[in-house]
Amino acid sequence: MTPAALTGGFADAPLQSAQAFRSILQAMARPGTIHDLTGALPPPPLSVAAGVALLTLADPSTPVHLAGATDTPAVRGWLAFHLGAPLVGAEEADFALGTWADLQPVSRFRIGQPDYPDRSATLIVAVDHLEPEGVRLCGPGIRGAAQLSLPGIPALQANAAMFPLGFDCLFTCGTRIAALPRSTRLEVL
Amino acid sequence: MYVAVKGGERAIDNAHAWLAEERRGDLAVAELTLGQIREQLRLSVNRVMAEGSLYDPDLAALAIKQARGDLIEAIFLIRAYRTTLPRLGGSWPVDTAEMAIDRRISATFKDLPGGQILGPTFDYTHRLLDFRLAADGEAPVPAATATPSPDAVPHVMGLLDRDGLIEPAPVTDGTPRDLTRAPLELPADRALRLQAITRADEGFLLSLAYSTQRGYGRTHAFVGELRIGTVAVEVDIPELGFSVAIGEVELTECETVNQFTGSATQPPQFTRGYGLVFGQSERKAIAMSLVDRALRWQELGEDFVGAPAQDEEFVLSHCDNVQATGFLEHIKLPHYVDFQAELELLRRLRHDTQRMASQQNAEAAE
Amino acid sequence: MTDTAYNFAYLDEQTKRMLRRAILKAIAVPGYQVPFASREMPMPYGWGTGGVQVTAACLCPDDRLKVIDQGADDTTNAVSIRKFFQRTAGVATTERTAEATVIQTRHRIPEAPLTEDQILVYQVPIPEPLRFLEPRETETRKMHELEEYGLMHVKLYEDIARHGHIATSYAYPVKVEGRYVMDPSPIPKFDNPKLSDCPAIQLFGAGREQRIYALPPYTQVVSLDFEDHPFVASRAQHDCDLCGADGSYLDEVIIDDLGGRMFVCSDTDFCTTRRELGHIGRLGAPMTDEVA
Repeated sequence: MTPAALTGGFADAPLQSAQAFRSILQAMARPGTIHDLTGALPPPPLSVAAGVALLTLADPSTPVHLAGATDTPAVRGWLAFHLGAPLVGAEEADFALGTWADLQPVSRFRIGQPDYPDRSATLIVAVDHLEPEGVRLCGPGIRGAAQLSLPGIPALQANAAMFPLGFDCLFTCGTRIAALPRSTRLEVL
Repeated sequence: MYVAVKGGERAIDNAHAWLAEERRGDLAVAELTLGQIREQLRLSVNRVMAEGSLYDPDLAALAIKQARGDLIEAIFLIRAYRTTLPRLGGSWPVDTAEMAIDRRISATFKDLPGGQILGPTFDYTHRLLDFRLAADGEAPVPAATATPSPDAVPHVMGLLDRDGLIEPAPVTDGTPRDLTRAPLELPADRALRLQAITRADEGFLLSLAYSTQRGYGRTHAFVGELRIGTVAVEVDIPELGFSVAIGEVELTECETVNQFTGSATQPPQFTRGYGLVFGQSERKAIAMSLVDRALRWQELGEDFVGAPAQDEEFVLSHCDNVQATGFLEHIKLPHYVDFQAELELLRRLRHDTQRMASQQNAEAAE
Repeated sequence: MTDTAYNFAYLDEQTKRMLRRAILKAIAVPGYQVPFASREMPMPYGWGTGGVQVTAACLCPDDRLKVIDQGADDTTNAVSIRKFFQRTAGVATTERTAEATVIQTRHRIPEAPLTEDQILVYQVPIPEPLRFLEPRETETRKMHELEEYGLMHVKLYEDIARHGHIATSYAYPVKVEGRYVMDPSPIPKFDNPKLSDCPAIQLFGAGREQRIYALPPYTQVVSLDFEDHPFVASRAQHDCDLCGADGSYLDEVIIDDLGGRMFVCSDTDFCTTRRELGHIGRLGAPMTDEVA
């Protein structure tokens, strides 16, 4: 473990995680809205927002999958020190990190069981561009309709079609975050 | 002019102050020390540790004092305290075969290796009030002492097991689910059931076990062995690379030998019931092993006869006295909003019925 | 002043993470009850432990917390829970619905419309809407999986056959986004219409039963009914005797032993605010400093 692995966590975990959770809750409860998520400095290629989301939600009881270029010794070391989360394959993960391309095929991730739809993965997807534009969203949490710049629309539509099964997504870009729960329906304009 | 009742905050503060005063009682009587409770009300301390799921006699004594001797309230205090404690790690399973024995009896064999050790038991006392204790008591006659045998005392069940007369209980390496860290999921496996009933309410478990003896899911239990004593608790220290003993706990273990199963292809064998409880908690350990055995009907290919003690969902959902007492007593809280809704509904239904009745009367009169 | 012997908002961080994960899954599947490893809290089960855990997982230091029981801020259990969070989280508290960012409630939805800046946390005793029709969790879980809600309709219809009305006046079951049947907690059915299309986030916590469920903002929530017996939210026959409001939910107060009674808003903040604005009911008096 490198000394870098020991830095970049929350300075005041109870307060920072509370504030971070409220942003993530707002993002998940209002798909299409974009929120700031700061307070930690994870090693690249993890974004600040992805690092904060992990610190807020993951711990030794949640297996994490590092996809593609995310799986570096620095990221592994940082996760081991700050989260203690076990690293696993895509099929067993509670949380998975990577770019949309890294995470393919997303059909590998847990979508819950018909009697326990909550036992599903949350994908923390790194995107280069996160704006309230593009595909049209509607469903719970959205008054009328919203828009969000999203990758992989056919796969996300297929995911929504499985409701109440499906994975849920957090999209991170630098210090910003938006979310897409499985309940959101997507329409290409 | 009506003014709505206010001052909930002051009422609560006053109630708490009065409670503290009542707890202390007559100031002319010396205050109880935790040491007195721990040493002289040890069976209460044991029950609070067992159902509170926290082995700490001093904290249990404090809880009993604070709860004015209400053991369910004391158990609740302990549970609420333990839930905030960080989980630093898990111990190795304790080895009851290595127990330093205070008491060990078998009802199935007259004599056996290791012997019958009666220990400090109420069993053969005559239940006559001892007024010498009321008269500020005198120091009891010291008990006779004997040198404990350094040899481990083998389990009775092992003797039956060697001859294949009882169902095998293979050792597994699996980590059992943790009832305090994951929501109860049904159906449960045996490990989870045992976790739930070892901290279950003693009275509830006693009555369930008694009901099996009276025919509601009968399992013909014999006490194969009941042992009470202390065992070492060992944890792995990753930095050292080996495990060390961090202390010892007093446990009561009960293993029952129950009615046999068998089939055309399988020779008949006795079956097992198991109980393990913190402290000297004999009644609870025996009840636990009877209820454990009754809950195993499915894996042993028996019929579900509809007995409460066989019904896993019924037993596990209702055995916890902290849950039960909270929900039972919450009906003391105001419910006037729901009551008002019911009141209005009832008035409307009565109004409709009366109107219909008077219409019918009017029609009949025409 | 915060009690430094405990972590912020009482719970340890690992417990809060567990709760937060459950809340997010509950948001993602509206109306579905997510199992969670409920902790023993320093108040008894059945006294709001689920709501307290959900509130503890959501609270931020800059929140302004309101706690109500039966619509009132000064009922003893509401006072007790509010004090708990003042002590363990050091958050500001308020009785004003409009000023609150987090509202924990038992048995009511405030009369004042909620906003996008608010979270409403419900205390739930029995989260399973099918529980009194089928006591077994293993069975009700299957019924939700298969959307087998016929039993609930049969029960409601039997009411109509016997009484001419659906005889459920509180904890009236709803269907969420056309999928899960949900228990809205024991709110009077008067409050049911406020569940739907609500700008605030609504979270439901059942501590003893170990379940969390949620309604994201603007979720479509429909009270179960029949074409020939549509759902009707109950409506009081009276105006509030203190503030004169004609559309609020009223408590009936017995004022003497001769059958005399009066009706007052169950939502104490709503009533106070109206009286401060000069509204006076049948038995009310103008607000003065000493009454306030």
